[in-house]
Amino acid sequence: MAVKIKIPTPLQRLTKGQEEVTSEPGTLIEIINSLDKQYPGLGERISESGKIRRFVNIYINEEDMRFLSAENTQVKDGDEVSIVPAIAGGF
Amino acid sequence: MSKKKKFIRGLKCRECGREYSIDPVYVCEFCFGPLEVVYNYDEIGKVLTKETILSRPRNLWRYKELLPLEKEPEGAYFTGYTPLMKADNLAEILGVKELYIKDDTVTHPTLSFKDRVVAVALAKAKEFGFETVSCASTGNLAHSVSAQGARAGFERFIFIPASLEHSKIVASLVYEPNLIAVDGNYDEVNRLCSEVANKYRWAFVNINIRPFYAEGSKTQGYEIVEQLGWRAPDNVVVPCASGSLMTKIWKSFREMKEIGLIDQVNTKVFAAQATGCSPIVTAIKRGIDVIKPVKPDTIAKSLAIGNPADGFYATQVIEETKGFGEDVSDREIVNAIKLLARTEGVFAETAGGVTLASTIKLINGGHIKKDSLTVMCITGNGLKTQEALVGHTVEPHYIKPNLAAFEEVLKKIKQDT
Repeated sequence: MAVKIKIPTPLQRLTKGQEEVTSEPGTLIEIINSLDKQYPGLGERISESGKIRRFVNIYINEEDMRFLSAENTQVKDGDEVSIVPAIAGGF
Repeated sequence: MSKKKKFIRGLKCRECGREYSIDPVYVCEFCFGPLEVVYNYDEIGKVLTKETILSRPRNLWRYKELLPLEKEPEGAYFTGYTPLMKADNLAEILGVKELYIKDDTVTHPTLSFKDRVVAVALAKAKEFGFETVSCASTGNLAHSVSAQGARAGFERFIFIPASLEHSKIVASLVYEPNLIAVDGNYDEVNRLCSEVANKYRWAFVNINIRPFYAEGSKTQGYEIVEQLGWRAPDNVVVPCASGSLMTKIWKSFREMKEIGLIDQVNTKVFAAQATGCSPIVTAIKRGIDVIKPVKPDTIAKSLAIGNPADGFYATQVIEETKGFGEDVSDREIVNAIKLLARTEGVFAETAGGVTLASTIKLINGGHIKKDSLTVMCITGNGLKTQEALVGHTVEPHYIKPNLAAFEEVLKKIKQDT
C-alpha cells in the first residue's frame, strides 16, 4: 500500500503521461517534495516556499485540504490525493 | 490577420504573466493561475466610439470589439441590453438619492445574466470547432447552456447538484440536454467536471472556455455606463459566488475609460453574499486576501460556491476601489425579495435578495453614502426560485363565485389597509 496521487492533465507532461502516481505516506508537503524528486519540476508547479499555490486545490480522500490541516495534513497508506486546478463557475 | 484579430492579443496568466495564444486553455501551465484575455485597447479605441455603439442593435454584440471573438458570432442569441431602472420607490424607503436596478431578470432567453456569458462562450466554442458543450451549474448556467446550446446545435452535457430546486431542474430538462444530477454540492460537481474535462474534448463553458465565457459578464457593466448616460456609477453592488462577475464589471468600467468612452471612474465596488456562504465577504471584512473555503448552507443556491475561484481577485477589487462587502441571512434575503417586488415590481431570484439586503446593510453601515448614485446588479428571475418564498408571501383571499362574497372580502381588505 502507498498513497495514490491523481495528476491533472496540465501536469501529466512532468509525470511522463501518468494520470496517477504513488508516494510514501507523510505530511502533504512532504509528499509533494518527494514527488518533486521523482518528477523534477512538479513541486514548483504546485507549491511555492512550502505553501500550496493559491490556484491549486488538493483533496485528500475527497476532502479539501483546507478543511484539514492544509500542507501539514497527515496522509496515510491507502489515502488518495487529488490535485485539481481551481475552476470558476457561478457569478 | 483578420480585422477582428488585431483587437485581441492573446491570453495571459493573471498570476505570473506568462502569455498564451487563443486556445481552449484555462490555467497557466506553470503556476495554475487563471488565464485572461488581453486586448489591444489602442486599436479598439479607434473603432469603438459612442456613435458606433449607438448605431448598432441593442444587444450585447454592440460591444463586440471588447469581446474575445475572432469572427462574427455565428447563430448566437442577441441577448443583453436589459433595462437599467431608476428605483425611486426603493430609494425613498432606503433614504438614498439615486438608486438603480440593472435588471437582468429579463435577460433573453433564460432570464438570468448567465445568458450573456453563455452567448459569448458558445460563439467561441463554435469558433474552436467543438461539437459538445458542457457546464457545472447551480441552475442558471444549466438553463442557459441547455437553451442556447439547443438552438446552436450542440450536444449538451449539463452537470448540476442533485439538491437543486425542482423548478430549476425542469427549466433545464425542457431543452432536452443530457442532465447529470450529481449527489454532491456545487464544489463537488465542479471538481468532477474538471476531471471529466481532462478526459473528454468538450467545450466546458466554465472550465476550458472560461477565459472567454467570463468576458461576457463585462457587457452588464458596459450597459450600466451607457444607460447612465456614459458615466460610471458611484457605487455598484454585485452578488458574488466565484467573484467573477464583480471583477468583470470592474474591468468593464476601466476598459471604457481606457478606450476613451468615459473620462473617469470613481466607482466603489461592493460584494454581496449570503451569510451561509460568504468566503469572499469574510475575507473582505477581515481585510485579508486569503479565501478560506466554506461548506455552503443558504437558500441562495445560485451563490452557493464555497470555494470561489476568483475570490482573491474579488478582494483586490474591493481594496482598489475602497469598496466593502456585506453578508445577509436567509430571512433577510426573503424579506429583500419581497421588498423589491413590492416597491419596484421586480421579482428577483434569491441572489437578487442577497444583493438588495446587502445594499441595505451597506447604506445603514455608512459604506454607501446616501447622496451618491448606486447601481444594484439583479442577476436572475424570481420565477426560478419560488420555493424560497413558500410560507413567506401574503395569502390569497379565497371566495365563492358570487358578488356578495367578493364584497365581503373587499370590505375586510379596506378595513385592514
